[in-house]
Amino acid sequence: MTTFEAILLTIVTASTPLLIAAIGELVAERAGVLNLGVEGMMAMGAACGFAAAIGFNSTAAGIAVGILAGTALAAIFAFAVLGLAANQVGSGLALTILGLGLSGLIGAPFVGARRDPIPHLHIPGLTDLPVIGRLFFGQDAFVYISLALVMAVVLFLARARSGLTLRAVGENHSSAHALGLPVLRTRLLAILFGGACAGLAGVYLSLVYTRFWSPGMTAGRGWIALALVVFAAWRPVYALAGAYLFGTATVLQLHAQAGQIGLPSQLLSAVPYVATILALVLLSVLRGRALGAPGALGAPFVPDR
Amino acid sequence: MRRILGLAATVALALAAGSAGAQQKLKIGFIYVGPVGDHGWSYQHDVGRKAIEKELGSRVETTFVESVPEADSERAIEGLARTGHGLIFTTSFGFMEPTVRVARRYPNVKFEHATGIKRAPNLATYAAKLHEGRYIIGQIAGKMTKTGTIGYVGAFPIPEVVAGINSYFLGAQSVNPNVKIKIVWVNSWYDPAKEADAAKALLDQGVDVLAQHTDSPAPLQTAEARGKMGFGQASDMERFAPKAQLTAIIDDWAPYYVARAKAALDGSWKSGDVWGGLDSGMVVMAPYKNMPEDVKKMAEETEKAIKSGQLNPFKCPLAKQDGAAVECKGTNALSDEQILSMNFYVKGIDDKLPQ
Repeated sequence: MTTFEAILLTIVTASTPLLIAAIGELVAERAGVLNLGVEGMMAMGAACGFAAAIGFNSTAAGIAVGILAGTALAAIFAFAVLGLAANQVGSGLALTILGLGLSGLIGAPFVGARRDPIPHLHIPGLTDLPVIGRLFFGQDAFVYISLALVMAVVLFLARARSGLTLRAVGENHSSAHALGLPVLRTRLLAILFGGACAGLAGVYLSLVYTRFWSPGMTAGRGWIALALVVFAAWRPVYALAGAYLFGTATVLQLHAQAGQIGLPSQLLSAVPYVATILALVLLSVLRGRALGAPGALGAPFVPDR
Repeated sequence: MRRILGLAATVALALAAGSAGAQQKLKIGFIYVGPVGDHGWSYQHDVGRKAIEKELGSRVETTFVESVPEADSERAIEGLARTGHGLIFTTSFGFMEPTVRVARRYPNVKFEHATGIKRAPNLATYAAKLHEGRYIIGQIAGKMTKTGTIGYVGAFPIPEVVAGINSYFLGAQSVNPNVKIKIVWVNSWYDPAKEADAAKALLDQGVDVLAQHTDSPAPLQTAEARGKMGFGQASDMERFAPKAQLTAIIDDWAPYYVARAKAALDGSWKSGDVWGGLDSGMVVMAPYKNMPEDVKKMAEETEKAIKSGQLNPFKCPLAKQDGAAVECKGTNALSDEQILSMNFYVKGIDDKLPQ
C-alpha cells in the first residue's frame, strides 16, 4: 500500500461520520427544525452502540442499538419542540448536554474495552486493483451506507412526493398546514431520521474510527456536522463535498506536519475549517442565486384549530 | 466606604467559613481537563483523588469537575472555591492564569496547580518529570525502530511537551545516532479520532515506533492495529495494545495528593513547588514488554541511572538545532527552570517548532 493510498483511506474514515451526521441534520432542517443536539445524539450513539456491540458481541447489534439511541434522544427533542412547541435552540443545546452526560453514564462500565475491526468489503480482483481498489471496493459498510444515504436524500427531496411535502413544511409551515399537509408528523419523522443518522455516526466513531469508547469522544464533530449543513446551503451534495473536503484537509494537514513543510501547526489545524467555509461559500456564490435557509427554520409550529 | 464594608464582610465570612471548616470535613476539589475515563492524564489524577478518599476516609470529602475547557476554567475553579472547598487541585497547564486569579480572590483556600510555574502564598505548583521517562522510551525506540524514523504525537507546543520531545529524541540518539523523528501536533489534549489520524499520518510516512503526549490511547491503538509499536502515556495502556505497548510512562500522583491533603488537615500546608521524577515515585515505568532481552536490560539500567542521579537526560553539553550550545544553568545539566521553559528543539530534530 502506497502512502498516497493510505492517505486516501484515512480521509474516507475521517469524513464518513461527519457526512452521516450532516445528512441527517440536513433533512431535519429542511423540514424546518433546527436540532442543535447532534453532538449529544452522536455521543449517545457512540456509547450505546459500543456497549451493545460488547454486550452482545455483535457489530450488527451495536449499529442497531446506536441508531436506536440516537433516535430515542431525538424523540425527546421532538416531544419538546413539536409537542410543547418549545424553543428549538434551547432544547437542542439541552439535548447535547443531556446526550454527553447520559452517554458518559452508560459507557462508564465499558471504559477500557475494545473491539476488533469490522469487516471490509472484499471483491476478488476489484479490491486488489492498485490505488483505487481498496478505495472504492474495500471500505467498510458505513462508507457505502453514507454514500447511499446522500443519494437517497437527494432523490427524496427532489423527486418524492413526501420529499416535496417536507420541503413545503420547512419553507412555510402555515401554508403547508392550510394545504392540509401533516406538518407535525413530517417534522417528527425528519427529527427521528436526523437522530438515527447522528446515532449511526456515533457508532462509527466508537466501533470503526477508534474502536474503543471514551467519554466525550465525539470531540465537537456534531457541531462540525451542523456547520456543514449551513455552509452547504442545505444541499445534500454540497454537504457531501463539504464533509469530504473537511476530512481531506484534516488528514492532509497532519501529513503536512509529519512531512515537515515548516508551517506552524496551529495554522495548519485551522486549514480544514477555513478551506471548508471558503469552498462552500464559493460554491453558493457561483451558483449565482441566494441559497437561503428553509423559511420556517427554527420557528415552532402551533396549529390553529 | 462601601469597599471597606465589602472587605469587612468578606473577611467576616471567610473567618466564619474558616472556623466552621475546623469542625467540618475538609472539602477537596479537582479540576480535570479531560474526562476521568480518558485512560490517561485525567484518569491518573482521579486515581490520586481516590487515594485521598481511601487514606483519609471520613475526614475529607472530594469533588471533581471533568472535561473543563481551559479557556472557560475560571468559572469551574471559582465554583469549587465558593462552595467551601478548602483545597483545590487544577490539573492542566492551561488552568494556570484562571487558578492564579481565583487564588487571589480566595486567600483562605489552598490551591495546587499541576505543571504550572506561577505560585502564591496559597497557590502551590507540582509536576512530574515525565521527561525522565521519555528518555528511557526514546532509547527503546532508538533500538526498536527498523525504519530509523520514530514518531511523536504532540498536543500543544508548550514547554512541557517540547521538553518531552527533546528528551525522547536525545534518548533515541544516544543509542542510534542516525535516528530521525517526525512530529505531529493535534492541537488538542483529547480528541481520540484526531489523535488516531495523526498516528496514521506518522505511520504512513515511515514511522514505526510512536510516542505520544496526548491523553487518549488512540495513537497507541493505531500502532497496534498497524502492527507497529508505541508507548502508553500517563497511564498503563497495555489493555488497548497488548502487542504494541513497549512500556508506559505512568504519572503516580497518589502519594503527593495524600501528603498534601494531610498537610492541609493538620495545618502544615505551605505553598511551594514539587517536581518529582522517577526517584520520588511520581513517575513510574510500566513493565518493559514486547522487546528483546538486551533492550529491556538497557531500559532497566537507564531507569536505575536516572533514579540514582547518575544520568540526566538534559546533561551538558547540549546543542540547539542550529548547533549553538545551550547555556548550562544547572550542575552539568540544564536547570529545572530551563527545562520548564524549554522553547527550542535540540540538534538533530529536523523540524520547526511552531511558536
